[in-house]
Amino acid sequence: MSDRVIAPFEGFGLGLRPPHYADFLKREVPIDFVEVISENFMVPGGRPLYILDAVRERHPVAMHGVSMSIGSADGVKPDYLRRLKTLVDRVDPLWVSDHLCWTGLEGFNSHDLLPLPYTEEAMEVVCANIACVQDVLERPILLENPSSYLTFADDEMTEHEFMARMCEATGCFLLLDLNNIYVSGTNHGFDPATYIAGLPADQVRQIHLAGHSQGKDLLIDTHDQPVPDPVWALYDIACRRFGPVATMIERDDDIPPLSDLLAELDIARVRAGGLERAA
Amino acid sequence: MSLLAIQRGLRDHILANKADRPDAIAASGEAGLAVYRHAYRAQLVACLRDTFEQTWSWLGDDGFDAAALSHVSTHPPSGWTLDAYGEDFPQTLAGLYRDDPEVAELAWLDWSLRRAFDGPDAEPLTPEALAQVDWETAVLTLSPTLAIGAFTTNSAAIWGALSEGQAPPAVDRLPAPAAIRVWRQGLSPRYRTIDAFEQQALAMVLDGCAFARLCEQLAGPDDAERAIEQVGGLLGAWLGDGLVCGTG
Repeated sequence: MSDRVIAPFEGFGLGLRPPHYADFLKREVPIDFVEVISENFMVPGGRPLYILDAVRERHPVAMHGVSMSIGSADGVKPDYLRRLKTLVDRVDPLWVSDHLCWTGLEGFNSHDLLPLPYTEEAMEVVCANIACVQDVLERPILLENPSSYLTFADDEMTEHEFMARMCEATGCFLLLDLNNIYVSGTNHGFDPATYIAGLPADQVRQIHLAGHSQGKDLLIDTHDQPVPDPVWALYDIACRRFGPVATMIERDDDIPPLSDLLAELDIARVRAGGLERAA
Repeated sequence: MSLLAIQRGLRDHILANKADRPDAIAASGEAGLAVYRHAYRAQLVACLRDTFEQTWSWLGDDGFDAAALSHVSTHPPSGWTLDAYGEDFPQTLAGLYRDDPEVAELAWLDWSLRRAFDGPDAEPLTPEALAQVDWETAVLTLSPTLAIGAFTTNSAAIWGALSEGQAPPAVDRLPAPAAIRVWRQGLSPRYRTIDAFEQQALAMVLDGCAFARLCEQLAGPDDAERAIEQVGGLLGAWLGDGLVCGTG
């Protein structure tokens, strides 16, 4: 288990997306931190790193990845970790996060966040992989709850129980995507409030707020909509339970003008400001 | 069932794109499996559309997506980055469009410009460093983003028009095979059509040939003066394009 900690960071941020690069280069954006998709900047050179360096001069940066594949039964890829460490050394981020999922196996990469069975064996694999990552990066990481669309016949515990035990065993921290909790809760019939109540409050370092779409049979985590009311309601619950936690609007598609996202972030500021952590 | 077996089962299910439910998936998982099967393909097609933007524009949605899905079915991604996906797509298009060579050429140009976009940084040779070069022994180091492709059609003109939102010219066979070089100057990916003489000169430089030796070989026994003039012109163009990044 890692004995390192990530200092709490209070503030409100946005994900850095290509349509907003010019805004971030031209003017001061009134946010407390920026989250970047790690893989977009794990490149040899050129404009992406130029933009990242310029943004880093003005804002604290959190690194958020999609390809770590922390749940792969055949382990985390050394080449990926080396490249990630190079970027970590360049950025000196607030923290490094990825998803509790697997993306590839045995030379195949789906580039999708595939669900894990919540079993004792998966716990062992995930914890071993986290330990490996934290050793290479020389820092604890954050893991985010994914949206999921199926469950496994062999599941032995709930997702939030899995995450709590994972944190205890490895010293890793949590990034909570409240939209993902809502999507998975709706799809699998669990209560998001119970989920939030079951998490280790002291390990939560970041919150994602996002929207979703109604699919034919399931809610789909599209991250292409404004934050809907049920997710705002979960944010109220999370603020009461966790206190001030770095919060951001995460928009991945149909990305609106930056001013729209800043206005949405102001809603988060107001809601968080009106709530206090439960004793 | 082991985690490895569960993951192999889900991977194989997604790749096969059939509705059979793997044993490890709960009975309620049919709809969810369909979501993952769809998301896998949709994401890769979107990735190819993004990388091969002008090829997509040239073929249209239906033609491009059919080719992309064909590629996805035979080329499952292996790299950790989506940036690496599509390297073989020009070859797939060459096979699908055997009578339309401009399609694969457009794709090569799309791919090479994208790779130049975030390829390795290298500072171009400065005037001060240029003044110190011993041309008798110098071996030129070219930009690590340089790529050279063979072309038989006016696909560069087609690409240029499409990228500027203009009506592209009709496909036209070039009178003689030519080549295009792609590189990044500063932060901007660029491309230029080159003739056989420059193509041969670049190949020799990339092969480590000293500049003086290159001049001798290209000059041949006949019109040495004109060849040296040509090589001098090439060197000036390469320096102006920021293509020369050092000498050894």
